[in-house]
Amino acid sequence: MFSEELKAYNWEETTARIMSMTEADVRRALTRRHLEPEDFMALVSPAAASHLEEMAVLSRHYTQERFGKTISMYIPMYITNSCTNSCVYCGFNRNNTIERVVLTMPQIEDECKAIRNLAPFENLLLVTGENPRVAGVDYLEEALRTCRPYFNNLSMEVMPLKSEDYARLTKSGLNGVVCFQETYHREKYKTYHPAGMKSNFEWRLNGYDRMGQAGLHKIGMGVLIGLEDWRTDVTMMAVHLRYLRKNYWRTRFSVNFPRMRPAAGGYQPNTVMSDRELAQLTFAFRIFDHDVDISYSTREYPDFRDNMTTLGITSMSAGSKTDPGGYHTYPRSLEQFAVSDERSPEEVASAIRDAGYEPVWKDWDKIFD
Amino acid sequence: MEKLTIGGHEFSSRLFVGTGKFSSNAIMSDAIAASGSQMVTVALKRIDTDNREDDMLRHILRPGVQLLPNTSGVRNAEEAILAAQLAREAFETDFIKLEIHPDPKYLLPDPVETLKATEALAKMGFIVLPYIQADPVLCKRLEEAGTSAVMPLGAPIGTNKGIVVKDMLEIIIAESRVPVVIDAGLGAPSHAAEGMEMGADAVLVNTAIAVTGDPTAMARAFAKAVEAGREAYEAGLGGKSDMAVASSPLTSFLS
Repeated sequence: MFSEELKAYNWEETTARIMSMTEADVRRALTRRHLEPEDFMALVSPAAASHLEEMAVLSRHYTQERFGKTISMYIPMYITNSCTNSCVYCGFNRNNTIERVVLTMPQIEDECKAIRNLAPFENLLLVTGENPRVAGVDYLEEALRTCRPYFNNLSMEVMPLKSEDYARLTKSGLNGVVCFQETYHREKYKTYHPAGMKSNFEWRLNGYDRMGQAGLHKIGMGVLIGLEDWRTDVTMMAVHLRYLRKNYWRTRFSVNFPRMRPAAGGYQPNTVMSDRELAQLTFAFRIFDHDVDISYSTREYPDFRDNMTTLGITSMSAGSKTDPGGYHTYPRSLEQFAVSDERSPEEVASAIRDAGYEPVWKDWDKIFD
Repeated sequence: MEKLTIGGHEFSSRLFVGTGKFSSNAIMSDAIAASGSQMVTVALKRIDTDNREDDMLRHILRPGVQLLPNTSGVRNAEEAILAAQLAREAFETDFIKLEIHPDPKYLLPDPVETLKATEALAKMGFIVLPYIQADPVLCKRLEEAGTSAVMPLGAPIGTNKGIVVKDMLEIIIAESRVPVVIDAGLGAPSHAAEGMEMGADAVLVNTAIAVTGDPTAMARAFAKAVEAGREAYEAGLGGKSDMAVASSPLTSFLS
């Protein structure tokens, strides 16, 4: 399990190592084809900030080598905002007095139809809060079965489950799971996630192993930028990714590094990441791992997404509603976070085409599941 | 230099040597000594296992050297398992170098039979080191089957061509959870150094030492090359770049 491996990485020491990286370390990292975590540290360090152009060239090169000139399109569907956790930065925090919704199956079906009317999406990401009592594995299984006829690829952003539950959901059409570790800082983690199941750091951290053991086709990882020092957090995620690849080598992986957005509760980020830094991080991940899927959601602004289209990212969401029922049932209720890119899917797709890339709606078939 | 661990045993030398093709057992013995190797492979088929005074074996065994019996000559998993059991009894070691090459011309390993045999032998408690094609997927399958290391070839056995499957070996080294030993094809010390610089955990050399005019000198040369390559790898090599930086910047939107 990864919790054992992570013990080799002391937070403060890792931060110090990253900050002490030199120009020479960056240059060495840029000339290697197979990079070690040490090289990744160099690429996310301040020393690499003056090498952005070289990093962009390499990042584009490796991305085109592996993915071609394409961007895979997906759309999220929030099925419940009911949650027993109290993550201090999240709009769904159980202490926030918002209306709680658990979509019924007919409502989920309406959402499916509304999304299909919006654009030819085939990649659907179901998103839930964590409340096993009202939206447990039985509910999730039913939701997957309801969505199955409408989409070829179903993934789910869901609380960590037992290995056998992942395996069970796979049988109902689940292809991939996205789970955000949020931060790899063991001690600080507890201050951001004080209550509920999510307060258990190890259960969450080892969830990725359980996904791998269950044989999921795809595992999505992520840290939330704005909690702890981002360079250290993403380095630990890179180490984690390398570990997962070696152990679950049949699985595909994606990484996300969303910057914290305003949400109900009004929590302010501890650290702010600039566009330059997010670009640096994106390039660094691509150069470190040529095959990983890098996703930019509608949290990012249109200009930035458009400019980054050809430089390393491989999937984008568009037209997203981050509230349950937002496409049809309850338009304009309460969001998990405020989106920054409010363009329609067709507008986003046409911006991708303007960049010389193909927006790809279908890149999976349900017969493979 | 970091120590190498395989099957719970530590080795300070990362040069493994083979014992075939030497012009005499005495010359072989001097070459093993000069190589500093602590892992010496010998074909079960070459040893008279009923004779404790077997001349070849007598010239190989010495303190600090782990004997690595190999199954050369078998054609399938079933025969390999029998050979491994015989070797375990005769040499009192769990180490086994699995060589299944049904093709007698190029001596290329059979991946299907090798995987089957690895699975069975690992379950029986053997420390299995299979000789294989430089096939990254096969390496992962062998890991799952319980192998203790993988021994992909650098080039067809005995060809002295060096590392001709570099790209595949790079992938194997990057992805492996078990030690990677480049076996077969290394014809010159520079080839061995190259493999070690790439991050291989060890290399195995036989023909290049055995068939030269002065095997002892050549064994010494390989030992130096392996050490140099490993040290360079651990120190961190500077790389080469074949990528030009565009004249019209991709990142001007960030400034």
